[in-house]
Amino acid sequence: MNFFDWQFAWDILPQLLEASLKTIGITLGGFAIAVVLGLILAVGRRSRLPWLSWPVTGLIEFIRSTPLLIQAYFLFYVFPNYGLNLSALQAGIIAIAIHYACYTAEVYRAGLDAVPRGQWEAVTALNMKPLTAYRDVILPQALRPILPALGNYLVAMLKDTPVLSAITVVEIMQQAKNIGSESFRYLEPITLVGLFFLLLSLALAWFVRRLEDRMEVAR
Amino acid sequence: MSMQQRFDDSPMVRPSRRDGSAEPLVRFDQVTKRYGSLTVLDQLNLEVSPGEKVAIIGPSGSGKSTLLRALMTLETIDDGVIEVDGEPLTHMPTAGGHLIPANARHQRRIRGRIGMVFQSFNLFPHMNALQNVIEAPVQVLGMSKAEASQRGEELLAMVGLEDKLGHYPAQLSGGQQQRVAIARALAMRPKVMLFDEVTSALDPELCGEVLNVIRQLGEAHNLTMLMVTHQMGFAREFADRVCFFYKGRIHEQGTPEELFGNPREERTQAFLSAVNEAH
Amino acid sequence: MGELLPLMLQGAWVTLQITFWASLLAIACAVLGALGRLSPFAPLRWFSITYIEVFRGTSLLVQLFWLYFVLPMPPFHVELSAFSVAVLGLGLHIGAYGAEVMRGAIRSVAPGQYEASLALNMTPLTRFRRIILPQALLAAIPPGTNLLIELLKNTSLVSLITLSDLAFRARQLDQATFMTLEIFGLTLVLYFLMAQAINLAMRLVERRLGRGRIKGGLA
Repeated sequence: MNFFDWQFAWDILPQLLEASLKTIGITLGGFAIAVVLGLILAVGRRSRLPWLSWPVTGLIEFIRSTPLLIQAYFLFYVFPNYGLNLSALQAGIIAIAIHYACYTAEVYRAGLDAVPRGQWEAVTALNMKPLTAYRDVILPQALRPILPALGNYLVAMLKDTPVLSAITVVEIMQQAKNIGSESFRYLEPITLVGLFFLLLSLALAWFVRRLEDRMEVAR
Repeated sequence: MSMQQRFDDSPMVRPSRRDGSAEPLVRFDQVTKRYGSLTVLDQLNLEVSPGEKVAIIGPSGSGKSTLLRALMTLETIDDGVIEVDGEPLTHMPTAGGHLIPANARHQRRIRGRIGMVFQSFNLFPHMNALQNVIEAPVQVLGMSKAEASQRGEELLAMVGLEDKLGHYPAQLSGGQQQRVAIARALAMRPKVMLFDEVTSALDPELCGEVLNVIRQLGEAHNLTMLMVTHQMGFAREFADRVCFFYKGRIHEQGTPEELFGNPREERTQAFLSAVNEAH
Repeated sequence: MGELLPLMLQGAWVTLQITFWASLLAIACAVLGALGRLSPFAPLRWFSITYIEVFRGTSLLVQLFWLYFVLPMPPFHVELSAFSVAVLGLGLHIGAYGAEVMRGAIRSVAPGQYEASLALNMTPLTRFRRIILPQALLAAIPPGTNLLIELLKNTSLVSLITLSDLAFRARQLDQATFMTLEIFGLTLVLYFLMAQAINLAMRLVERRLGRGRIKGGLA
């Protein structure tokens, strides 16, 4: 038996690439939700109203200290009992989106905290509405420096998508496992999946680093 | 290229003196140090006799700290030889009497004769005063913990900190930290002590306690000392010899009376009057 | 509910054991990885960079599956117990992240500490062991705590390679009892409590290591 069956690897590549589209789709969809939800959570946590900031803080801390896997189980298995039927893919995207929203919320918070106090005083002095102040003055300043940190969470999210195979989402890892159990060859499919994640995350990390460098220049 | 040819250009081991005059304890021979195109030590020559106290003054950037740092092997030199107690520090002799760059072992052996106190104290923040003092004797000299502790307590008492043995650096004032640093350097029983602007990071009212310790050290021990300092008053009272540094060389040197009372060189005069005006 | 708890606690005990052993391995990998990364010896540096990038870049679940499914097959024929795979996989994975944390921590030690160690004629080994490492470890505690919590959360993935940890027990009990909400809710709470325990323990370690390093009262 040869070490690595290149022919076999070549044969299963189309199946894996097809499943990889799902992986990428989950990542992009989940991230789109996470960046918006994270901002809402961050603003909620910074609120001066304790009935808002306390529960939000608690939720963020709770979700950040519990496993994505159990959160996915929770969405996928508990919600149908209460009439909310989610497909595995929907439950998976929502689970990963909420999980990472709690991380991006902390990134936003750091960004918002870094906006100089004088800017807040200025928008108050100009009598701006809170929404206008956030949209036109505060966010543009808070966002730029945190883009690399957000990018890092995109990479982390990509690498967490295989967890969703546990709730029957057939993403690239599950596809590889299926191929393995049919052919009794695990080396090629699992190694290819590892390579897929490695190349994609290295490429994304490279983009993030370029983004960071451009920030340095812009400053 | 044969070995012989390779060493033809390298410096030779200096024959020992036959005229009976005391061997210098520290000797800089044509020492050059460059940072890129900037020459910080320019073919510097300096000899320090055993027990001599030498103060080094001069404008910033003149190479005075580099001199101490090169002697402590914190900087490598580009040319020349530094000797300590008759043995080269930066080089080691071959069987044929030629000098080749020193290896780590040789450097460690010679470096053990030198102690140094830094401007920013550099105490180990995770150790209390006594632990700071006994760390190197135990780890480097292989002294027993009991013996090192006893000596450490004596040294800390000598610098007036017998009641601060268990205090951590963060719990000590700058002056107290610097006194611990002096005790720590002394614990290694060096023949030469280097003081690199040891009062520059201190509030003026704390300088006195550190200078007092150095003064006392100079009186009680036959320790050779090189100090880079901005405290002209202290240099004048304490040093046997004052060297004025300018552009990587000793521009003028002499006894404190000569150098402060009657400087010959224009640069020296300008520097001293600028310093006097500042005070 | 009363019958659930003992079984869940059994699972939590497995989770804690894996977390403990994997964190020991991760700390060792982090220190060695960081040292290799900072080594002046190029092959060692490249080895460390490869280790760090591969274990950070390929997804954890892929790594666990690789160790679990591929290693026992030809040409490797290395059959590890699921528990060993869990400890090895999690330790190496978190260790790769830890190596970057340690590298930052080692570089954060003031240059004056190196100079003082040299002036006291310490060997490089003594300098690292007695002076640099204790200070770097203290600096690494806050980011290291986050990594340990990541490790704890990631242990849930070992349920997918048949280990009966807390996540596994939750799935098993859910299938047996259909008390879905109670089971997954309780599971999340148990993970949260374990994460808080890690937080607390690390804060105590930080206080112990940081003894005397904060201005003010005596230790």
